[in-house]
Amino acid sequence: MKHLFSENDIDICVVGGGPAGLEAAIVATELGAKVLIIDDNPVLGGQLIKQTHKFFGSKAHYCGVRGIDIARVLAGKAVELGISVMNNATVVGYYDDDVLGVLHDDTLSAVKAKRYVIATGASENMLAFDNADLPGVYGAGAVQTIMNVYGVMPGNRAVVIGSGNIGLIVPYQLLQAGVEVAAIVEIMDRVGGYHVHAAKIKRSGVPVFLKHTITAAQGKDRVEAAVISKVGDDYTCLTGTERTIDCDIILIAIGLSPLCDLLYHAGCRIDYIPELGGNVPYHDENMMTSRSNVYVCGDLACIEEASTAMLEGRIAGARAYESLYGKTNDAGAVADEAAHELGVIRKSPFEARIVSGKKRLGALPACD
Amino acid sequence: MSDYIVDHPILKFERGKKVKFYFEGKEIEGYEDQPIAAALHAAGIRVLSYSEKLGRPRGFFCAVGKCSSCLMEVDGRGNVMVCMEPLRAGIHVRRQKGRGKV
Repeated sequence: MKHLFSENDIDICVVGGGPAGLEAAIVATELGAKVLIIDDNPVLGGQLIKQTHKFFGSKAHYCGVRGIDIARVLAGKAVELGISVMNNATVVGYYDDDVLGVLHDDTLSAVKAKRYVIATGASENMLAFDNADLPGVYGAGAVQTIMNVYGVMPGNRAVVIGSGNIGLIVPYQLLQAGVEVAAIVEIMDRVGGYHVHAAKIKRSGVPVFLKHTITAAQGKDRVEAAVISKVGDDYTCLTGTERTIDCDIILIAIGLSPLCDLLYHAGCRIDYIPELGGNVPYHDENMMTSRSNVYVCGDLACIEEASTAMLEGRIAGARAYESLYGKTNDAGAVADEAAHELGVIRKSPFEARIVSGKKRLGALPACD
Repeated sequence: MSDYIVDHPILKFERGKKVKFYFEGKEIEGYEDQPIAAALHAAGIRVLSYSEKLGRPRGFFCAVGKCSSCLMEVDGRGNVMVCMEPLRAGIHVRRQKGRGKV
């Protein structure tokens, strides 16, 4: 295996060039570290490149700016700072002696750095129902990718399962692309996402079926309909309440799971914290894992928002830098400011789950 | 037949050169550098492979290189993740049946 980079070349290797990883790389580089970003996509930006909606969050951090534009700004900064980037490269393993195996152009190479910031993000959860494997049953994010990044019409008529923020934003984007949205199906008795997204959907006239779930997809070799059913208070389907909705795509928007694989390889402690998205790497308030040379940030550390992922990235980048070069006023200021802004965002009632999860994990003090 | 978004209220799509390639031996068109899966979807193709045991039709699921639901045979090479693999002129893409050849 060819050694592409050693710890003499690279101070901090950032795995994942999405909002969290990019902010970590930018902050660490600005402070003076030699940084390498490894990303499996052809362009930097992670999932921001398909987010056409405007973000909330603090004014200092892109409030009111569309995700696609934030991606351009961050990627532009990375280029401006001369950060080394490996695109189309997948980190497939974290080996003994803290070496990464990187697959690029069908060749496996080794990369070693003094510190790692892992920002691999998350993958979409699947849901079990009859014919759930039928072509046309797609992750909501997948539909967003082919539609908003590649300009492909995903289908003609959609049924969306789940009404969290993704389950509300993507149907709106489907309408913008000219796709009919037949229904949004939510198992809870209320819509899960932010009020502002729910209000947009309400105005658009898309029917929302609360206390309903999907029981089957129908079709021979592609989706032709979705069967939904009402659920009782114990969330089991009530017989006789099924209805069949014609559609050619079914979008699964029921949540994400952190991509922890590299952390398992590295032997980092992983805890099961449902509030944070399931199995998540333990990290302290400095985003350091149970191993002092490995930091995490973004959706890998907890399923949250791009705006909070960026702030966590800034903390991880600054603290990883400090762990190499000692505490500096600049690094401390960056991390403290980001932590303060995170605290402000997490005061929202929508963030109560996250805060409780972070406390259980030990990333936040148990009581204020 | 190809199904691309032409007018969009927010986005403007920059596409690569139009190229020809082959799906199951039949010539179809797509844009260079777009993922093969996107080109196939736009051409109306939903079934990308068949499952190993029951031969059930399968499409993509995540479209971002994480789930391995879109593995196809490209130029005789099995297990190509077509949601990430860029389209090139003249390639031969086939549905994979069960495990791909390595």
